[in-house]
Amino acid sequence: MSSTSGVLVVGETQNGRLAPVTAELLGLARSLARGLQEQVAVVLGAEKLSPEAAADAIAYGAETVYTVEHALMEQSPVEAMLAVVERVVREKTPTVVLVGKTLAGSDLGPGLAFRLGVGLAQDCIEVTLDSKEKGLVAVRPVYGGVAMARVALKRMPYVATVRPKAFDPPQRDTSRKGEVVALNPSLDASVARVRVLERASEESAGVRLEDARVVVGGGRGLGGPEPFQMLEELAKLLGGAVGASRAVCDAGWVPYHYQIGLTGKTIAPDLYITVAISGASQHMAGCSGARNIVAINKDRDSNIFKEARFGVVADWKKALPAFAETVKELVKSG
Amino acid sequence: MPLHIIVCVKQVLDPETPASALRIDPQLRRMVAPANVPPVVNGFDENAVEAALRIKDARPGDVKITVLSCGKSFAMEVIKKPLSMGCDELVLLQDNAFDNLDAFATAHVLAAAIKKLGAFDIVLCGRQASDWDQAQVPQGLAQLLGLPGVTIAKKVEVTDKKVRVERVVPGGREVVEASLPALITVTNELGQPRYPNLRGIMAATRKQPVVWKAGDLGLDPALLQPAVELQELFIPVQEKNVEIIEGEDDADKGRKLALKLREAKLI
Repeated sequence: MSSTSGVLVVGETQNGRLAPVTAELLGLARSLARGLQEQVAVVLGAEKLSPEAAADAIAYGAETVYTVEHALMEQSPVEAMLAVVERVVREKTPTVVLVGKTLAGSDLGPGLAFRLGVGLAQDCIEVTLDSKEKGLVAVRPVYGGVAMARVALKRMPYVATVRPKAFDPPQRDTSRKGEVVALNPSLDASVARVRVLERASEESAGVRLEDARVVVGGGRGLGGPEPFQMLEELAKLLGGAVGASRAVCDAGWVPYHYQIGLTGKTIAPDLYITVAISGASQHMAGCSGARNIVAINKDRDSNIFKEARFGVVADWKKALPAFAETVKELVKSG
Repeated sequence: MPLHIIVCVKQVLDPETPASALRIDPQLRRMVAPANVPPVVNGFDENAVEAALRIKDARPGDVKITVLSCGKSFAMEVIKKPLSMGCDELVLLQDNAFDNLDAFATAHVLAAAIKKLGAFDIVLCGRQASDWDQAQVPQGLAQLLGLPGVTIAKKVEVTDKKVRVERVVPGGREVVEASLPALITVTNELGQPRYPNLRGIMAATRKQPVVWKAGDLGLDPALLQPAVELQELFIPVQEKNVEIIEGEDDADKGRKLALKLREAKLI
């Protein structure tokens, strides 16, 4: 690729609007593009795209929005999007390609890098670019979050997947101007070899764990499924959601969609109240964006106290009911 | 022809090792466990082995499972575990040139070995390895071998020339279908991997792995060069200073914690 230019964001939509992770990527893309004195483009694909999604992308900093509407995006989302993105990258030769480390992005990022024959910085929480030729440098958690690796990509395009909630979304600015370019790629049905047969929601009603401002999390130390009732009540009182560690889900005390951590959900609430969670790095990898962590745990040496702002060293069986009762009084009194 | 399943597994540092016992080797840029802590088969790879064995259970006498692993050296009693669980063959891609490979190079080595193995129907991998947490090699393999790739499977069912996979997706589940041959990555939601029984352990003791070196795979040495340069491995400093809330007893501590959170305007 002789002359590369720009930062390309592989976008995602959610309920017809731009997905939060894509807004975060656009913020990062803008700061990288500023250094390069280049432009930011985003590519969006769906069976049907709403005009709002493209408008969102411009408001968050895209100069160009490539849109692709195709039935295969619904039936075989990853393969269809990968085919489109590969084509856009080969034609537009961006310097950097940013992908969200989401379910789809986790497949698309490596797929794209291997098709292009370049390296991939996977699941990054920091991304910098000194100069165009020197390469992209990224920091990514490894060994379940115990350590960090600083990695460099030296061959363009620099492809990186970025962990959701690792970057703040930029200010939304509806006065920004941008161009929406509809692409009409002839996607052959042969690109779609994995077909979605069925999608089913298993999420409980109420606040989504990923979006909750307050999260109450339970760990193995709770000893069984029953105490989660108390956690649910507390979360409801605070307008929040309940989560759990992987051990709790593996034990079947709560369903897997409660799982917070490396292979579970990533949360970034204002307040994360942990009960009998030891704070293993694999769990903390899913809540490093939490602004205030509170720990109720009887073991003063457990890792959670290294991550918490406030802590109580106590048996949860005694501390939690008194805590919940006081919270109730405080919330009632306004 | 029986259904041929290839399971890719990796020997990793035991992730249950307490973080405080791990140190970083700055030269090799990797984590090192104390000498008395043996490595393990990557947990998600054991889930992949279990997925293969369940397919074998459902089609008695009609499935062959080959286990494939790539590295510089192996702890034989560890890497033979999939055999003792019930897999049929073990092929080790073992060479000094395979030390500390990045995902790009690893995928190329595994792809070359899979091509050398000949006909196959399914490649199974764990969703990611617990050391580098990349989740790159399986998708890379799918690209290099031209296979449809399905990730994060909790259930894998083989029907006539097709595979039906239940995936774990945020907020629910998804069922997808792909034609064979296909590559599938497996997650812990599939369920606990089986424990080797005595008969399996005895059988594994008798089996000798096939060992292939770089030269046996006819690999272009350029493909073993890293595509991602690992510059530094470090343990982040913990800056947070926890405020421990004291009280007369545990219940009192709970009450005081609530008051503290109100004072901090968090509730």
